[in-house]
Amino acid sequence: MTEFLDMGGYAAFVWTAYGLSASALVWLLVSSRRKLTASVVAVDAARARRKGDN
Amino acid sequence: MSSMQTVSHGSVFFSLVNRDIKLAWSQGGGSLLAIGFFFIAVSLFPFGIGPEPQVLARIAPGVIWVVALLSSVVSLDRLYQADYEDGSLDDLALSPLGMLGVATAKVLAHWFSTTLPLALAAPALGILLNLPDNAYGPLVASLLIGTPALSLIGSVGAALTVAVRRGGVLMFLLILPLYVPTLIFGVGAVDAAVTMTDPLPHLALLGATTLIAFVVGLFASVAALNLAME
Amino acid sequence: MHRFANPAQFNRLADVVLPWAIGLTVLLSVAGLYYALFSSPPDYQQGESVRVMYVHVPAAWMGMFVYMVMAAASFTALVWRHPLALLAGKAAAPIGAIFTALALITGMLWGKPMWGTYWVWDGRLTSVLVQFFLYLGYMALWQAMEDEEKAGRAASILALVGVVNIPIIKFSVDWWSTLHQPASVMRLDGPTIDGAMLVPLFLMAAAYQAYFVVVFLWRMKLEINNRKLSVMRQASLQNTETQMEVAG
Repeated sequence: MTEFLDMGGYAAFVWTAYGLSASALVWLLVSSRRKLTASVVAVDAARARRKGDN
Repeated sequence: MSSMQTVSHGSVFFSLVNRDIKLAWSQGGGSLLAIGFFFIAVSLFPFGIGPEPQVLARIAPGVIWVVALLSSVVSLDRLYQADYEDGSLDDLALSPLGMLGVATAKVLAHWFSTTLPLALAAPALGILLNLPDNAYGPLVASLLIGTPALSLIGSVGAALTVAVRRGGVLMFLLILPLYVPTLIFGVGAVDAAVTMTDPLPHLALLGATTLIAFVVGLFASVAALNLAME
Repeated sequence: MHRFANPAQFNRLADVVLPWAIGLTVLLSVAGLYYALFSSPPDYQQGESVRVMYVHVPAAWMGMFVYMVMAAASFTALVWRHPLALLAGKAAAPIGAIFTALALITGMLWGKPMWGTYWVWDGRLTSVLVQFFLYLGYMALWQAMEDEEKAGRAASILALVGVVNIPIIKFSVDWWSTLHQPASVMRLDGPTIDGAMLVPLFLMAAAYQAYFVVVFLWRMKLEINNRKLSVMRQASLQNTETQMEVAG
């Protein structure tokens, strides 16, 4: 296990590369999803308000 | 009849070029500022890097070219903006010149009033940076061939940001990456002379870049200006 | 062509594709990471550091690919005035920018153990850097103008100018770096890549592609919703204006 984590002495490079890639991609995924959900809620609310007006 | 029209097109075109050159050189115009910036920015490098003549000679081509790029962008933010804001760009576009004629005239005026003087001032900066004797020819030649590309590519950035308030910094961000090939071939020609190799291939590639910039730059400028006028 | 012009139709199509794309992203990422980290041999020269390649090369490919998507969308938006094309470019840009940034950063992390330095001004790194700047310019132009339609079309013009420029930049930088680089620096190209390394490489590339489809479709739906919202806001503003006129 430690041998695996050590990556033949290249741990700092390999794990930083994987860590940064994973965190950046997950961040973009989650933030896109959140914004989408928020926009769906906003559209529904606006539609409801419109119906109320008429 | 058509010859009459060409004459009038030509005279409108050249009166626009003439007016822009005069404006650029009048008080508050951009040309003197750009040339002043060129001199001051280049003369900062010896303070930053040290006064050793060999070191300065080694970096001179690159420094002069890079600062020439920056100086040309410094003078670009008013290229279309003044005429856009007071509405005269509208009138010009509706004149027989059309938007393509207007953009061509503006780019020509910018080249003649601002970037061409940079090319002519460059040898003086070469002296300050201890540029070897045989590199002056290629330096001026590369700037003469390359500076039209600076005005043409710069025109795209100026046209894209014409409707943006305080668009100056954005314009830098848009334009500078597109200057990379011009910079590389321009410096390549001067470096070739410094290292005693043939600068001609570099100059040929630089000329090709300028030709592409001519087509793409005018086309994209016209598209961007038409968009801003809508 | 205009079959997908209708946002409702697009949303329906996206909702069919999305579950599959999400599933594929998960499966391919798990399989890709397993092969990349456990089940592939270390390189005989680079040792374990070769594993950085499996996140680096796919990111670089995707940075390129997404730019092409963005440029195609921009072209469609400018020429055919296709209503969804502008939004497609806007949705794609941040994804491409992140892939490009990751390609640069992981390239540096691979370069340090391989070449002994984080950064060399070689053709690939430099042209990817310029491509990253073009993404930034595209997104900045979208932000710079209040009129969304105009901002998007200005950004599209820049994206297309970039398409003409990317090959020229690539050529100029490659040509430049052959003049400046000592030849010993990089020996990546050629058939030295072991077959066992191709499996994780292609698995990761496929995972990134599926990931792009998921995030791209989500962001498209987001942009469509935002467009709907601004249309509704304008409509209600006009409503209140007419009401006020009637009252006055």
